[in-house]
Amino acid sequence: MDLEEAKEFRERCSQCAAVSWGLTDEGKYYCTSCHNVTEISKEVISTAAIPNTKINAINRGLKKKRKFEKGWDWYVCEGFQYILYHQAEALKTLGVGPELKDEVLHNFWKRYLQKSKQAYCKNPVHTTRRKAKVLEDNLCHSDWASELELLSEADGPLESGTEVQSDFEIPTHFPITKAAQSEAASVCSGSLDGVEYSERKEKGIVKMTVPRTLAFCYLSLLWQRETITLSDLLRFVEEGHIPYINAFQLFPEEMKLYGRDKGIFAIESWPNYEEIYKSMIEIATFLDLPRFPEVTEGCYLHPNILCMKYLLEVNLPDEMHGLTCQVVKMTGIGEVDFLTFDPIAKMKKTVKYDVQALAVIVVVLKLLFLLDDNLEWSYSDLAEAYNEEHKKDKPWFDFRKWYQIMKKTFDEKKQKWEEARAKYVWKSERPLYHSHIDKPVVYKRREMVVNLQKQFSMLVDPTPVVEKKGPSSFQFNWTEEGTDRTCFHGHSLQGVFIKKGHSLITKNSLYWLSTQKFCKSYCKHVTTYEESNFSLSYQFILNIFSFLLRIKTSVLHEEVSLIEKKLFKKKYSEAKKNSSGSKKVRR
Amino acid sequence: MGLDFSEELRKPVTEDEQMETSMLSAKGMHFPWLQKQLETVVTGGKKKKDFAQTTRTCLSFIQDALLKHQWQQAAEYMHSYLQTLEDWDSYKKQAAPEIIWKLGSEILFYHPKSNMETFNTFADRMKNIGVLNYLKISLQHALYLLHHGMLEEANRTLSQAETWRYGEKSSSQEILINLVQAYKGLLEYYAWSKKKMELSKIDEDDYAFTTKSRNMLSQSWKTSVNFCALIKTPGVWDLFVKSYVEMLEFYGDQDGAREVLTNYAYDEKFPSNPNAHIYLYNFLKREKAPRAKLISVLKILYDIVPSHTLMLEFHMLLRKSEKEEHHKLGLAVLFGVLDFAGCTKNITAWTYLAKYLKQILMVNHLSWVQEEWKSRKNWWPTFHFSHFWAKSDWKEDSDLACEKALVAGLLLGKGYRYFRYISKQDHEILRKKIKRMKKSVKKYSITNPVV
Repeated sequence: MDLEEAKEFRERCSQCAAVSWGLTDEGKYYCTSCHNVTEISKEVISTAAIPNTKINAINRGLKKKRKFEKGWDWYVCEGFQYILYHQAEALKTLGVGPELKDEVLHNFWKRYLQKSKQAYCKNPVHTTRRKAKVLEDNLCHSDWASELELLSEADGPLESGTEVQSDFEIPTHFPITKAAQSEAASVCSGSLDGVEYSERKEKGIVKMTVPRTLAFCYLSLLWQRETITLSDLLRFVEEGHIPYINAFQLFPEEMKLYGRDKGIFAIESWPNYEEIYKSMIEIATFLDLPRFPEVTEGCYLHPNILCMKYLLEVNLPDEMHGLTCQVVKMTGIGEVDFLTFDPIAKMKKTVKYDVQALAVIVVVLKLLFLLDDNLEWSYSDLAEAYNEEHKKDKPWFDFRKWYQIMKKTFDEKKQKWEEARAKYVWKSERPLYHSHIDKPVVYKRREMVVNLQKQFSMLVDPTPVVEKKGPSSFQFNWTEEGTDRTCFHGHSLQGVFIKKGHSLITKNSLYWLSTQKFCKSYCKHVTTYEESNFSLSYQFILNIFSFLLRIKTSVLHEEVSLIEKKLFKKKYSEAKKNSSGSKKVRR
Repeated sequence: MGLDFSEELRKPVTEDEQMETSMLSAKGMHFPWLQKQLETVVTGGKKKKDFAQTTRTCLSFIQDALLKHQWQQAAEYMHSYLQTLEDWDSYKKQAAPEIIWKLGSEILFYHPKSNMETFNTFADRMKNIGVLNYLKISLQHALYLLHHGMLEEANRTLSQAETWRYGEKSSSQEILINLVQAYKGLLEYYAWSKKKMELSKIDEDDYAFTTKSRNMLSQSWKTSVNFCALIKTPGVWDLFVKSYVEMLEFYGDQDGAREVLTNYAYDEKFPSNPNAHIYLYNFLKREKAPRAKLISVLKILYDIVPSHTLMLEFHMLLRKSEKEEHHKLGLAVLFGVLDFAGCTKNITAWTYLAKYLKQILMVNHLSWVQEEWKSRKNWWPTFHFSHFWAKSDWKEDSDLACEKALVAGLLLGKGYRYFRYISKQDHEILRKKIKRMKKSVKKYSITNPVV
């Protein structure tokens, strides 16, 4: 490192008494033999040569890159742009139309840069010129860069802020950079504005984070009415089909990351449904987006279609689809206005399409089987007896058998999932470090780990790794040949209906509500889910369904309660007067 | 009404206040309930990162696999667990090498595909992760090699570790260095003792004898240096002390050996260790030290392990002593030995007790017996002298039964069931003995009315 510049410092090291000094990138001396860092900074010694005025002028978060760290000058938002770019590419390979990347996501991002005053406005936070230049270099394979420049004039002027330096030309070898750096006291970053960015707390501005890149992706998917739900998106992330954890590895070699960049780009958790859902609304509001394209009956996100999908996924009879459609109709959750996301509307709320569809299925199961740990089993006895006698007919749906098969399959799946998670490789091949001092240490550690891993992988049988399945919106295939798992899709619901006049009505005429009373305070949650208060069947169904979406059971429970609230509007208003336990279904 | 109510309210408050002041004034004050609260605060505060969660699951999977001897699977999970070496949580990062070393060495020890070479590579890699692990891992590596009978390699590993230095080593490292040296010494002792065995087979007049014995001499000097540092550090170093003393004694350095053993037994900084006193006692016995000296050593052992087999020797020493207080202690020692379930069938102890009780009662030290008996009369009858024991003792070992019967008779009187049962038995050889026993009981039993 900067041994040349450290030559003038001749004191003995307090730890090992050697006189061999290097300079840290904060401008402090450190001993090259024992790595002891002094409190003495270089500029203190040579202050005389530096006019103070210039220090102030230059200390605006701009830094000269060291000789040994030959990297590009880049801004944090470019990093996010890279991640978004690669995520969009990944979505394209998953079969999403190219417009998503080139038009929708691109436009959202431009709008974000503009709204957060990072580009496309008169007074960006940092120089647009530099930025555009970098973009041209890096993103020439997409058309984003060129449009950036176009748009910077096209978009309307935002409020003119205070006079900020617009373009700063610093000589590459300005003699006093170190003085400037030492004022930023021991914090550094590979990006130009990493330190500044991590400390920025502007009111009303939604700061970019890595999880929010997924919110952007989902917004674009929603805009395009693509056939990917939020839970699908997050599952693809977890399965590694969409870059997210260690996405910074995809940055070009020349974009150096260290110090504060670590806090911005390094992620040690998988995305969380609720969190992404919230940031999606947050971002849509921040971007001031107009009403989204309508979600109509033909759309994948319409509950009728999603219910069909999930009925297949959870191995329930196709005949149930008619019933889910009825519930959808009665509750009005299939209405276009209800389904379409409108960030400008007063109630900034969108629908958790996937959760809602599964909740409808839960409600239908409750309508048919009551799920009180009693009725579903006695119906199962009937179905079993019937199937025994009528082996050639279409079999009746046997809840017990379904439970047994689902339990086994889901337990296995969950076990495999947990094992896969335990084996997940989190650490990137490009380790992140705090400063140049610990860079060699971190790299050495990395090498050590790789060597050890090699050693242990030699002990593992080279079993053919065919497990790696391609991305699919279905996690189960019940019609697959050669398994002992029964497929219930074609089973009949005859057993749970009785004929009355010309129509069939359900044998079961009782119903219980998942939530008796909704929380009306401003704490934002409408209900709570205390598992032990509910029947085992209900618990089981919530467990497997929420595992399917990788969400918390309480989220699904809440959605079930909300649908019941719509379905039994009258009962709820009656309940205010006299609160009784179970209520009759009005069908 | 209102007045009553306010009074009721006031009452518990004052109580609480009293509690508080008493808690504050009390020494060593602590709030157990607060502790509990604090723990939950720590765990419930921040959401754990998935990285932390999955690595923890990974760890439990490895442990599970190890438990089930699924080495293959353990190795598979180990592959990902190695990531914890790069944990951003510096505390966890620091703890990782040790965990990985322990799990990894276990896997490599048993895995069918693993061999000495793999293990050695692993150990060498782990030694160099983090400064503070070098010695500990070197030591365990050496033990692994020893386990596989590779003495030379083990010695080499220890020698390497011995010369390792890193700046200002912490005190914990110093003791590790001492341990490394001591293990090296132990290896040398092993070689020495093998040579000693060979030497004992060679005739003294043989030509080879002198060279061999000269070799041994130089070896012992080296070894003593290795042991010295460790055994001065407080701790339990039985193996090392024993070997060291054996060598010192062999070369006639009695003073040296005595010093080592005395220090090991009496230095207050050392943890209480019965073996230290046993070694010292055995040494002094070999040295034919005066009785008083031996008694003082065993007295300490008696305080730590009253059931030790040496207690019978202790008893004999006390009996031979001139001091009366020693005679009294001699009785207490016997009672002490027989308090332990493991000694109930020790015929020597019973014989000693029977004889000694009779002797003491003959010289009219009834109060000594009563003193010992006071604390035991509630439980010894069922513990030693039940009808069941009388039957089974007689069946298994009639000599033992006779001794016990005499004791029972002396302590509980001739009417007691154990004594009665045995005295009623008809036995050709023991007939005389039983008769003598009856006589003694009649004459000396402590239950006899004082004349």
